[in-house]
Amino acid sequence: MSHSTVPRSTTEEGTPEQLPVTSHDTTGPREGRRAGRLSPRLRFRRDRVLILMTLPAVLLVLVFNYLPILGNIVAFQDYDPYISDNGIVSILNSPFVGLENFQRIFEASAFWQAVQNTLVLFFIQIVVFFPVTILLALLINSVVRPRVRAVAQAVLYLPHFFSWVLVIAVFQQMFGGAGMLSQLLRQHGHDGLDIMTDPHTFAFLITAQSVWKDAGWGIIVFLAALASVPQDHYEAAAMDGAGRWGRMWHVTLPALRPVIALLLVLRVGDALTVGFEQILLQRDAVGPDAGEVLDTFVWWNGVRNQDFGYAAAAGLIKGVVSIGLVLTANKVAHLMGEQGVYKK
Amino acid sequence: MTAVIDEPVATPHRWAAPARPAWEEEPSRAGLAGKGLVLLFACLAVLFPLWIIVVTSLSSRKTIDEAGGLVIVPKGVTFIAYQELLGGGQVTRAAVISVLVTVAGTLFSMAVSVLCAYGLSRTGSLGHRGILMTLLATMFFSAGLIPTYLLVQSLGLTDSYLALILPSAVSVFNILVLRGFFMGISPELIDSARIDGAGDFRILWQIVMPLSRAVLAVITLFYAVGYWSAWFNASLYLNDQDMMPLQNVMIQLVQKQEAPVGLGQAIRTGQLSGLAIQMAVMVMALLPVAVLSPFVQKHFKKGMLTGAVKG
Repeated sequence: MSHSTVPRSTTEEGTPEQLPVTSHDTTGPREGRRAGRLSPRLRFRRDRVLILMTLPAVLLVLVFNYLPILGNIVAFQDYDPYISDNGIVSILNSPFVGLENFQRIFEASAFWQAVQNTLVLFFIQIVVFFPVTILLALLINSVVRPRVRAVAQAVLYLPHFFSWVLVIAVFQQMFGGAGMLSQLLRQHGHDGLDIMTDPHTFAFLITAQSVWKDAGWGIIVFLAALASVPQDHYEAAAMDGAGRWGRMWHVTLPALRPVIALLLVLRVGDALTVGFEQILLQRDAVGPDAGEVLDTFVWWNGVRNQDFGYAAAAGLIKGVVSIGLVLTANKVAHLMGEQGVYKK
Repeated sequence: MTAVIDEPVATPHRWAAPARPAWEEEPSRAGLAGKGLVLLFACLAVLFPLWIIVVTSLSSRKTIDEAGGLVIVPKGVTFIAYQELLGGGQVTRAAVISVLVTVAGTLFSMAVSVLCAYGLSRTGSLGHRGILMTLLATMFFSAGLIPTYLLVQSLGLTDSYLALILPSAVSVFNILVLRGFFMGISPELIDSARIDGAGDFRILWQIVMPLSRAVLAVITLFYAVGYWSAWFNASLYLNDQDMMPLQNVMIQLVQKQEAPVGLGQAIRTGQLSGLAIQMAVMVMALLPVAVLSPFVQKHFKKGMLTGAVKG
């Protein structure tokens, strides 16, 4: 398969169905119209290498993203992992129990606690995370010295690339029972305190970690939006007597508005997913009452307690509601005239 | 508030501010100082913890005991913690495993993603829309943890390093970023190569990839960081403690405060400080990331923006 030749000596030669050399669409927005001009057979011959190139990725996605969807059938079963070493064989031989798993879930107070924790964490994260990120972006954007900007950005981007294990370890060293803060307090004759295991402040701890890790990274999108504001808008505003703050209010912030709206909407679409890895690592330290969210609920009941049907049912509920949220969020984004994750 | 000037005209000094446009007022000293302070605080919030971790990992047991724990001001440098950790044993093995999984996984992911992105970069090609939609749809749903877990087990990937690579090998977002970039390469260039008889593989290798060095660097970093930071799949699918990558060992040593295998005695009695050992493990985990990411930094914006989805 070194290269696909362009057949020029075939019967099609000289006919209107001349095989174009490339598959670039040159018709602009009226896609699809052109597709009818060549027979599929010809297009296949022309594009077979391109299709072949996509196959490995498509296969991986089919196996690891699509195939497991069928596995959600265990939500309707009394799944018995001990029937066979192979999960698929076990699924085929496990008895169906209808909606019994779902009934158990809706009656479980632990589930509703997890729902509540998820929503509370999501809400606090939105209220704190977005303003911090926007303020940081405005700040960095107002730095005119290119070198200072580059250094500050390098520093602020850094934590985004740290693993959650590391971020939590860092927080433990700062605020844990044996951490920096307790150390300083003890040296000055106070009691040490252990924020890492306090259920009452858990939501704020999680939010602080998210901000430390990702707020710096989040400014990229805003900086890109600000970079596209034409310089003469600022000049015109200045001519009209707008001062520093006036220009920020009337030029800079309106440029950010669509980006903020879009990010908010997309985040809402993701509302039921709040930092799975981050919380799973700390769930045991604060206890499930404060630290259990929907994802960890699924993990605990399935992977830990081997109650697969029950856990899969909880996961399925979350998955279905999530799809609804994402689609709604994108609909809203389109109505706002923005481009969501996908175009209509 | 000034707008960004990306390409300053030759500035007199590297750290100097570029010339202000005529209409802009002189910045007030208070404003500059305030801005500087906030920025400094934000950067310190990132750097101060890292400083403490690095300094403590390089401190002797005596220094750590005197400081009552974490060390802010270094008094001498000793590499004893690193010598113990890298002299063979649990942490050395974990670090090697992490490096190997990261390298193998990143190469595999990049190969698959670049091929797929190029294969999808011609909007007129057969099946292009269907394949794209198949990939895009995965951004909206997840099959769920339990079915995925059962599937990976059924495929016999338990206790195999493939379980750390295959399930997360493809990131649709990364493919879209690459594809967006490839689509921006001028079609005339590719057409002329085709007319000269080059096949698609050759065009990709000799024309498209050399022109996309920036975005390739960014996506490589994304994948590499993903593999380097991953711990969850290892905790799910690996039962053998000797197979655990560095992040999972870090959970045991730092979060659960266990001594590394074979070093417990040395920590209780000898020169070795348990705290320094913990910090050294953390430094090993953050060092590769901290060293590599600034190099790729200037391309981030471009990489993130070309990721816009064009259906």
